Amino acid sequence: MLKIINLKASTGGKDILKGLNLEIKTGEVHAIMGPNGSGKSTLANVLSGKPGYDISGEINFEGKKLNNVPIEERAQNGIFLAFQYPLEIPGVNTSNFLRTAINSIRKAKGEKELDALSFIKLIKEKASELKIDEKFLSRQLNVGFSGGEKKKNEILQMKLLEPKLSVLDETDSGLDIDALRIVADGVNSYKNKDNSFLIITHYQRLLDYIKPDYIHVLSNGKIIKTGRSELGQQLEKTGYKYLN
Amino acid sequence: MKNKELNSLKEYKYGFTTQIEDFKAPKGLTEETVRFISKIKKEPKWLLDWRLRAFKRLKSLKEPNWQKPKYPKIQYQDLYYFSSPKSLKDKPKSLDEVDPKLIETYKKLGIPLDEQKRLSGVAVDAVFDSVSVATTFKGELTKKGIIFCSISEAIQKHPSLVKKYLGSVIPLTDHYFATLNSAVFTDGSFVYIPPNVKCPMELSTYFRINASQTGQFERTLIIADKGSYVSYLEGCTAPMRDENQLHAANVELIALDDAEIKYSTVQNWYPGDEKGNGGIYNFVTKRGVCKGKNSKISWTQVETGSAITWKYPSCILQGDNSVGEFYSIAITNNHQKADTGTKMIHLGKNTKSKIISKGISAGNADNTYRGLVDINRKALHSRNYTQCDSLLMGNSCGAHTIPYIKNKNASSIIEHEATTSKINEDQLFYCNQRGLNQEEAVSLIVNGFCKEVLQQLPMEFAVEAQKLVSISLEGSVG
Ligand SMILES: Nc1ncnc2c1ncn2[C@@H]1O[C@H](COP(=O)(O)OP(=O)(O)O)[C@@H](O)[C@H]1O
Ligand SMILES: [Mg+2]
Repeated sequence: MLKIINLKASTGGKDILKGLNLEIKTGEVHAIMGPNGSGKSTLANVLSGKPGYDISGEINFEGKKLNNVPIEERAQNGIFLAFQYPLEIPGVNTSNFLRTAINSIRKAKGEKELDALSFIKLIKEKASELKIDEKFLSRQLNVGFSGGEKKKNEILQMKLLEPKLSVLDETDSGLDIDALRIVADGVNSYKNKDNSFLIITHYQRLLDYIKPDYIHVLSNGKIIKTGRSELGQQLEKTGYKYLN
Repeated sequence: MKNKELNSLKEYKYGFTTQIEDFKAPKGLTEETVRFISKIKKEPKWLLDWRLRAFKRLKSLKEPNWQKPKYPKIQYQDLYYFSSPKSLKDKPKSLDEVDPKLIETYKKLGIPLDEQKRLSGVAVDAVFDSVSVATTFKGELTKKGIIFCSISEAIQKHPSLVKKYLGSVIPLTDHYFATLNSAVFTDGSFVYIPPNVKCPMELSTYFRINASQTGQFERTLIIADKGSYVSYLEGCTAPMRDENQLHAANVELIALDDAEIKYSTVQNWYPGDEKGNGGIYNFVTKRGVCKGKNSKISWTQVETGSAITWKYPSCILQGDNSVGEFYSIAITNNHQKADTGTKMIHLGKNTKSKIISKGISAGNADNTYRGLVDINRKALHSRNYTQCDSLLMGNSCGAHTIPYIKNKNASSIIEHEATTSKINEDQLFYCNQRGLNQEEAVSLIVNGFCKEVLQQLPMEFAVEAQKLVSISLEGSVG
């Protein structure tokens, strides 16, 4: 599904990703761990096509080179990023935003747009799965949401937009135990053999719920170690230092 | 590449011209023209005298020039001051007698005059160049004693009301454009709501400039008698031409004790092309007086069109406890310029005013908020809250906020907040990541930015206004 070859990215004169290789096959769950500032969010941004980076190397998604594909096209083709810091958009009704999003993606796929009623039915169903109060849907997008509420809203969007590859950037940070379980259940109920995940996290506890096929350690812009799920437990005990 | 494609999408869809035979006043701003207009409208002598006094006064006035947008000298002697489709010379008595071309024009503009296909719950007065074409729903309104007709008709049928209030808010001598309007005004709407009547539907006037080399000088007068309520909306469009056309309207509102007037404008005059050729000069004087106690006047404007917009819908808060509100969205793109805001003059005790202004500037455009809050010595315990937000798209546009504040008594409070920001790249990225393209993302964010104002509009028009906001900014980012 995703193949990254020797990816380098710099911004503002700073080299952040320094030759990163990663392959994620359809149906796989990969986790990325790594110290603060190692380039995890940058990787997520570059995958989504955020402007402002100088890029070399190659990103292939479903056999197609992504490097120059605009952000919305990547999204329409099935790349989803759950933001580490979801943006607040004042004055924009959450439910309207979600409907615009799902319809943009449906339109791009050549599907019929959802009318208001079918949308409401769908969104209510997804929201209740994530134990999100319907009241949130009529509030301004992320404005005044708590950290946990913002993160749940990201997972709601994921479930609604049904991406092929979901990149979750520290979705678990700042969640209490209950919210963490809800988010993990949300991911698990969506996960299947046709979609893939790249989960960026600092904590093993999320990986106790969502079993990754591989764990990578990103340090200073490169993947310095890849392992199976035991690697997570090991890191939990010893920290990243022992790897150096 | 993207910009170019998008620009071609940004067609002004109201830019067509109706091929219709018209008849005009003689060219030029002369006493003869003033007399011609008055005669053709069969006006009483007092009104002709009133116009002539304005005309005389005009000769001693100069155009104001303190505004930010400058413009080439207007050749007043090369303009026509009255233009009417020939078919309207003898005013049609019913819609069946109206020239089908005119009905077709309004249909194309999305304003069906046919009551069968009416906008539900909206009565429309349609003004084409200098004359009113038709007013819908008259029967229903008359039952409640509401008068909604063209001002020309009001002058004939309700002369005492017109005589009492015309020029009572904007004096004949007010300033150059207001005085010009008083001398040569042609048509516009008249509304009278009797005591304790809540007008059961939106009243709306649709202004259309069609003829070339013609100024439009309409005059609107709205009187809300004691305890009454009315919501009124005006919309405006004009054909695309490479000349600049002058639109100098006067609008006067009078709210008596416990009355409320809500006045909304969706202004979409032709803005000129991307290079700044052509477009309407929208120099308008709008003023309301909260004459009675507990009265309220609320102005809402969505200004997206015109080459230059220059207007300050104002409230004179004369009655104790009266309330004035001003909600504004001004969008300028390409070479458009806007210098707009409001004046809140607090005279009565416990008067309140609220100003919410959203200025959005893109391309090479320039957008100024200019506002006056003046709390008089005797206007004890009064309050004003002002919030001015500006949003910039790109690096070549400008936004300015110029508040004038005069608080002449210590028991009153004025609060002012202002922000200027650029369109937030991270918000755009977030929207794009959810599959929205650049246009959709900008439209969503800008509409969010304008929300507080948009939600003041009557429901029937809010959706249109949202679309207009998006269309006006197409091609401005990316
Ligand atoms: N726009 C930028 N300009 C300069 N430095 C940046 C920019 N964005 C990120 N960085 C730097 O790049 C490094 C990696 O950032 P990031 O990808 O956010 O790390 P992580 O998500 O792993 O904590 C950090 O040192 C950060 O300060
Ligand atoms: Mg990060």
